[in-house]
Amino acid sequence: MQTLIVLAALLVLTFAGFHLGRRRAVSTVGGRPSRLHSLPSYHGLYVALWCGIPALALFAIWSIAEPHILDSIVVSELPAAQAELGDAQLGLLLNDIRNLASGDATGAAADPAMIAAAERLRSLREIAGAGLLVAALSAAVAGLAFGRRRIARAFRARNAVERIVTIVMIVCATISILTTIGIVMSLLFESIRFFEQVPITEFLFGLQWSPQTAMREDQIGSSGAFGAVPLITGTLLITVIAMLVAVPVGLLSAIYMADYATPRVRAVAKPVLEILAGIPTVVYGFFAALTIAPALREAGASIGLDVASESALAAGAVMGIMIIPFISSLSDDVMNAVPQTLRDGSFALGATKSETIRQVVVPAALPGIVGGVLLAISRAIGETMIVVMAAGLSANLTGNPLEAVSTITVQIKTLLVGDQEFDSAKTLSAFALGLLLFVITLCLNVVALRVVRKYREKYD
Amino acid sequence: MTDMTLERPVATIRHPDLSEKRLKRRYAAELRFKLYGILALAIAGGMLALLLVSIVSKGYTAFWRTEITLNVHLDPAELDPANLATANYQALIRSSLLTLLPEVESRGDRRALSELVSGDAAIELQRLVQADPSLIGQTIEFTAATSDDVDMLEKGYISRDAAEGDRQLSDRQIAWFDQLSEQGIIGTALNTPFLTSGDSREPELAGIWGAVVGSFYTMMVTLLLAFPLAVATAIYLEEFATRNRWTDIIEVNINNLAAVPSIVFGLLGLAIFLGFFGLPRSAPLVGGMVLALIVLPTIIIATRAALKAVPPSIREAAYGIGASRMQVVFHHVLPLAMPGILTGTIIGMAHALGETAPLLMIGMVAFIVDIPAGPLDAATALPVQIFMWSDIPERGFVEKTSAAIMVLLAFLVIMNAVAIMLRRHFERRW
Repeated sequence: MQTLIVLAALLVLTFAGFHLGRRRAVSTVGGRPSRLHSLPSYHGLYVALWCGIPALALFAIWSIAEPHILDSIVVSELPAAQAELGDAQLGLLLNDIRNLASGDATGAAADPAMIAAAERLRSLREIAGAGLLVAALSAAVAGLAFGRRRIARAFRARNAVERIVTIVMIVCATISILTTIGIVMSLLFESIRFFEQVPITEFLFGLQWSPQTAMREDQIGSSGAFGAVPLITGTLLITVIAMLVAVPVGLLSAIYMADYATPRVRAVAKPVLEILAGIPTVVYGFFAALTIAPALREAGASIGLDVASESALAAGAVMGIMIIPFISSLSDDVMNAVPQTLRDGSFALGATKSETIRQVVVPAALPGIVGGVLLAISRAIGETMIVVMAAGLSANLTGNPLEAVSTITVQIKTLLVGDQEFDSAKTLSAFALGLLLFVITLCLNVVALRVVRKYREKYD
Repeated sequence: MTDMTLERPVATIRHPDLSEKRLKRRYAAELRFKLYGILALAIAGGMLALLLVSIVSKGYTAFWRTEITLNVHLDPAELDPANLATANYQALIRSSLLTLLPEVESRGDRRALSELVSGDAAIELQRLVQADPSLIGQTIEFTAATSDDVDMLEKGYISRDAAEGDRQLSDRQIAWFDQLSEQGIIGTALNTPFLTSGDSREPELAGIWGAVVGSFYTMMVTLLLAFPLAVATAIYLEEFATRNRWTDIIEVNINNLAAVPSIVFGLLGLAIFLGFFGLPRSAPLVGGMVLALIVLPTIIIATRAALKAVPPSIREAAYGIGASRMQVVFHHVLPLAMPGILTGTIIGMAHALGETAPLLMIGMVAFIVDIPAGPLDAATALPVQIFMWSDIPERGFVEKTSAAIMVLLAFLVIMNAVAIMLRRHFERRW
């Protein structure tokens, strides 16, 4: 609520700044705008930007920093006994204090120290809120006054505004870099904490994955096993099945659409592939779990095979269907890039269409197709919902597609959903798995992009 | 032929085999190849059809529900006008059922009988009486939802031939249901609660409106963040940036981000937005921020393509009349590229709407009954709701899950249709 008031006030001030700046610019030249260096609205924009941007930046920094600062003040004032608690317990305590301060008491009898802390937090919050309002508004007014004072007949307002806009655009472009840094940092830090508890060699080469840590200390197997090999093989098994479905179907449909289909067939087939590409993965997961898996199970039973109800085959096959449009559109692109002269040459030698495609077009487009398949593999490895819904939870080390296997993404989801504590090896292992996933897909993407680019340069 | 080869013993020229047989083989291979292509397309199309048919056939019934119309006597002895909140409405409904089936006597039977009506009926009746206390003493016609088991029986999902222990309803309950059906008080009606209410543990009460609203807030946050950021980035890279190491890094980085698995973005949201910045769990605000980062590359790439498609003559004309570089871009190039940018944005948003995994990571997977009132309330999203329902084994939820998928697909179809219309309407050939 308070945030909204501050934002609304800033917005009003910014608008006011625009009009003030404009009016001032016009009045400095006696109502003849043509004598100004820049159009009056640029003068207005200049003042508005000076009014809005610093205040908003202050507001953003304040909002991010405020909770941390308040927490540390409250912690520093806690009685010594509580201040010496471990990080985790301190976090819980702080949570309780925050809840108390916000008024939704948990009903547990809080001790006086906590109530005092909550009171303190509440008053601090009020002070901080008022401080934010004052600080943001005074920053806005100061910016407005500064911008307005600089307006003069010869002032190059347009150039100044354009410089600011350029800087804003550069900042926006930097967000994508920050995102990557954020991903790497968050994965790396949590993973390092995980590897302090579980050696990295055990994680990468261990053959057993059972992250369940026991409730009691003395229980057998209380430490859990964190060997990622079964997960990697499970992921690869499902990916291989998916590729066995997607590569031939996707490639052949791309070839057929490009070289054989009549316009009428193409008008139907193209949207079909686009719809396949647009269906959310959660829908594919539901389809795999409720339609394909039972069908495979029954088909297996009828020929005497024991198919697990969460078999790798069902998840992989449906994932393959999901990837078909991906492969077909990528291979369509690269095959279109093969120069027509190569085809014409082949036809002139008397080759049939299929011979031309198999012996000239596909070999020429092969690097691009391989790049596309690599991208598709990286997508299959990172796909989550289909395997969460249709593949198993228990990490079996097997190559049998009829058995249930688990994947990296399934484990990340299982470990983190509904879990709030951040320090057990169990939850931290999810970040280590995430790091593994990120590194694998990143390598595949880099290789694939390089392959595709190298190939393109050849014909352009 | 043989003479010729004798004359030239060094047979360096390979004579092509032009026999009918080989030609036939080649044409057969050609035909086979073509058939493979048809087969591939048929597999893709068949799978799509199978998927859609299996979902629609499972889900269309969820848009109807089975209702029972009872004559409830609002007994003044039971209903104290001063204390309406605590009265036993369940008993009123039960006695009204008993007047229809007087032969039911034992306690167990009576409980089994009242299990035919949804647990929500009593709450509904309470609401009715509290809204209009003057009804007390009258006998009113009251329509309530049946329990999900009855609903499933009416829709034919529970087999009457199955052994009694294998189905949710006992033989007696089915017999009562048939008796009530014969009396003509059980009917089907449009399932409006499914479209207007929040989640519930009871399949007959569960609705998707809470998830739709949660998705709406999430999408709004995504759009407000991703669109300006992406357009600014794209304009900078396409129109202003000089090619140097820094812009190269940004470009490679955007291409790589486009291929990072979405669950990794979920981990980023969990560690940075929730862990570091301390934003609330399960909030559409955080979900929207994560999804914005996911769709950012898509919109950037689409925007750059749209900017590239504006012909240089437009820019040159603008420069010619004295516009600055910034004016050329913002007054001329950007408006002309806007339809393409919007199309790309809508397609990116459609992609974000179906995204599930990152939302699971930041806790938008909680069981939430209330309709969220703002982007900071705990909420869930439509695809997450689908995922949660699909995990529940009860038969009633299979139908609901499929119906929710139908709703989600309907939204996606609408968004894509808008994108196609935009493209058709504004596409310009220069």
